[in-house]
Amino acid sequence: MTAWTPSAQQRDRLAFRQRRALRSGAVAAASTVAVTAAAVLALTSSPGWPRVRRSFFDLDVARESLPAVAQGLWLNVRVMAGCAALILILALALAVARTLRGPVFFPLRAFATGYVDVFRGMPLILVLLLVGFGLPGLRLQGIPASAVLLGGLALVLTYSAYVAEVFRAGIESVHPSQIAAARSLGLTRSQAMRTVVLPQAVRRVVPPLLNDLVALQKDSGLISILGAIDAVRAAQIETSQYANFTPYVVAGVLFVLLTIPLTRVTDALSRRSGWVGSQSGLAGGAL
Amino acid sequence: MSADEVTPSGSAVPLLRLRGVRKAFGANVVLDDVDVDVADHRVVVLIGSSGSGKSTLLRCVNLLEMVDDGVIELGGRDITDPRVDANAVRAQIGMVFQSFNLFPHMRVLDNVTLAPRLVHGVPRAQAQERAMEMLERVGLAEKARAFPDELSGGQQQRVAIARALAGGPRLMLLDEVTSALDPELVGEVLDLLGELKNDGLTMVVATHEMAFARNVADEVCFLHDGRVHERGTPEQVLRSPHRRRTQEFLRRITEAGRL
Repeated sequence: MTAWTPSAQQRDRLAFRQRRALRSGAVAAASTVAVTAAAVLALTSSPGWPRVRRSFFDLDVARESLPAVAQGLWLNVRVMAGCAALILILALALAVARTLRGPVFFPLRAFATGYVDVFRGMPLILVLLLVGFGLPGLRLQGIPASAVLLGGLALVLTYSAYVAEVFRAGIESVHPSQIAAARSLGLTRSQAMRTVVLPQAVRRVVPPLLNDLVALQKDSGLISILGAIDAVRAAQIETSQYANFTPYVVAGVLFVLLTIPLTRVTDALSRRSGWVGSQSGLAGGAL
Repeated sequence: MSADEVTPSGSAVPLLRLRGVRKAFGANVVLDDVDVDVADHRVVVLIGSSGSGKSTLLRCVNLLEMVDDGVIELGGRDITDPRVDANAVRAQIGMVFQSFNLFPHMRVLDNVTLAPRLVHGVPRAQAQERAMEMLERVGLAEKARAFPDELSGGQQQRVAIARALAGGPRLMLLDEVTSALDPELVGEVLDLLGELKNDGLTMVVATHEMAFARNVADEVCFLHDGRVHERGTPEQVLRSPHRRRTQEFLRRITEAGRL
């Protein structure tokens, strides 16, 4: 290989690009500062600001309420993790059930379709109320009375319907030629589904799946309406205790902080080699 | 080659036999009363323009499509009978596609061992050993740990051939396996097919590569409008075709610089 020194033309281009990058950076920084300053000014100069600041951004109240809210959040995390596991399993089963062919599977297929129709259409809060107050009302043996379990059940019922549709979209996105190749090797329909279609489908839907998990994390706060003391409920209690809304802001910040790592993990995951849908392999290492 | 062992010995019955095969998609009749015989260790090449039914014929033989009428026999057994286990039939037939259709989420070695392990019940270690032999055979042993998208088109197609061979098929179906390749990669795949013929493999090949047809085929079938319009040795069909349609087709191919 011969030693390469950039030509005058190339040096000129590099210098120009560098100047342009610097200028763009400066413009971006200046406009960010200007907009932020304007927003802050508009907020703080509003007539009600002093009162809002006292009742929503009271640092002492924030410090006092943090332990209780964080403890509540730990319940959200556990509910979310437990529900997510059940949702993924149930949703995958529903999605696969909808792809089954043949008259034998009609009941399964019909059930899966009906299930998705019902639980995707019904507002989560209604499902929560019906499950939370209706199920115990039946007074059947073995039905838990815990607000956390009933709330979790309602979340699983609703979210499975959404996630099943995400999985189904993934399954349908795998090209028929992949199935033809698998079947041509003598694999049965279910073997082809398990080893060829599902692995590719699941990898492809990870980003939308993550979206639903973040939504689940937030909606886990709704179990508070059944009386479970999660972050939202804890914040509510703290709020009434201090006659100050700051605990709500604390809970909001904690929820946001919780979702950020989830996104970063998936981004890293999808850059791995052999990962279908991203330009894996050759480009994977360089990106 | 294992193809020798699974051949019904001394029988006059051709390995593959199509009689009166018909296939239509709606009003579009793709195969119309097609008869084809393929004897053991023979290579039959299907030529004809796009839409003439070559691919559909291969897909019918592999039961990826159901025939509307007629009979397809493999080793004297009617495989179009709905009581036949299609998976067991496909396990005896290797198929290679125009677009490779490797499984992108699996390494090359796993692509090749999948069917032996799942369909033929071969233990993993043994399947891998045999897969390495197959990859050696197609000259890609060093790529066993690679993912398909790390390979060139020609390499991917050779892996697909190894994958189809791994189950020890009695019959190979090749559907325009070089059509998606850059011109300089076509040779490596066609050379491999020539070697497989010398190994005694029975093949049905749909192709636009007339030079390949001339060098490797035992019989050439020209398909036109879903019918076998002309058939014979490569010499007869490619050099002195009797029928006008065949002549026209060959002239167009020649003008495209493929002969």
